[in-house]
Amino acid sequence: MKNLIDIKDLSIEEIEELIKVAKDIMQNPEKYSEKCKYKKLATLFFEPSTRTRLSFEAAMMELGGNVIGFSDAQSSSTSKGESVSDTIQVVGCYSDIIAMRHPKEGAPLVAAMKSTVPIINAGDGGHNHPTQTLTDLLTIACEKNRLDNLTIGVCGDLKFGRTVHSLITAMSRYKNIKFVLISPEELKIPEYIKEEILEKNNIEYIETNDIEEKMENLDILYMTRVQKERFFNEEDYLRLKDYYILNINKLEKAKKDLCIMHPLPRVNEIATEVDEDDRACYFKQAKYGKYIRMALILKLLKIS
Amino acid sequence: MNIDSIKNGIVIDHIQAKKGLEIYNALNLGELDCSVAIITNARSEKMGKKDIIKIDKNIDLNLDILGYLDSNITINIIKDDKRIEKYHVKLPKQITNIIKCQNPRCITSIERKLDQIFILSDEKKKKYRCKYCETLKED
Repeated sequence: MKNLIDIKDLSIEEIEELIKVAKDIMQNPEKYSEKCKYKKLATLFFEPSTRTRLSFEAAMMELGGNVIGFSDAQSSSTSKGESVSDTIQVVGCYSDIIAMRHPKEGAPLVAAMKSTVPIINAGDGGHNHPTQTLTDLLTIACEKNRLDNLTIGVCGDLKFGRTVHSLITAMSRYKNIKFVLISPEELKIPEYIKEEILEKNNIEYIETNDIEEKMENLDILYMTRVQKERFFNEEDYLRLKDYYILNINKLEKAKKDLCIMHPLPRVNEIATEVDEDDRACYFKQAKYGKYIRMALILKLLKIS
Repeated sequence: MNIDSIKNGIVIDHIQAKKGLEIYNALNLGELDCSVAIITNARSEKMGKKDIIKIDKNIDLNLDILGYLDSNITINIIKDDKRIEKYHVKLPKQITNIIKCQNPRCITSIERKLDQIFILSDEKKKKYRCKYCETLKED
């Protein structure tokens, strides 16, 4: 594997290996503290994203490496009209690996076609965000001790939510996975996800707009934010943004070992009172994100 | 109606009726200096009606364009008044610079000199997706 553009680039075996390395890093951080000495990660964020960028930078620093880059397209040559292809060929001269976020879908693939160093897609518009999916998989593996035999509720913006699409794609490869797809009518999961992923893999799923309807069956509840930046129409966003608010009352029938996840940032979709509940895993999830990115950097740099 | 037969050239046959002109334009046949005939609504036992294009010269055809626009087309190569070869076009696995991605969020909307590439994602339904953003090409 030379780049990570799409979660589908990784086989189940490669994901297992990354999870194994990430768990080892969590247990023995000192063993890895100089693995990337003299190596440089370039974080090219053509679109702002504080937490993903910080997670990548923290990951590289904890491996003993250095970080260069920018966090806004305005501070790069893109504002002067430079193409993605040109930017990536120049940055490849100064770095050993590149993590890139771009508002245009497919930009990291274009970068990978031209780059001499490994490219990690750190999010491309509403399309892919494979390191978030790896984060989610590590969270599930650590919190549930398995990646199969799970009933997963995904709630919120299932139409534009790339984390949801990638999670469904990734989890559909494991045995006995069931999905409860919870969304308002306007934000239902796209037909192609149902046809090409769920139905093609014979995955059992139901669609509902009621968050409590199947709560007692869920092993995982994956909440998502309704993202303002994905709407062309402000009116639609305002009408749908607070459609679901998870609070303690709604968790009344939930399993004691339910794992509540969220890719963050959260707005109103999870009430802060839920943070104190043992089932809230979303802040731990953010921490897992750093470890899986460390494992990924090592793999792409071919450092054992 | 009689159309002269060709001595050396190509007959593109079994084109879906009314699609001949689209194929003529897609293959840029108007730029050729030889005779080109488009026959529309020709009688066909199999299809009822069909279009046919006759090109009075042997040229390199872009089979990806033909396969994408109409995968039922047959190509006949004529030499010295005889058909020396006949073959069917196939639905191409990938098409380059034939259609454009309509997704305004796709990188192809801003990146210079980037080929517009679509990949066949569902052979039965003849569905293509943009290589970069995976947006489905709408019919």
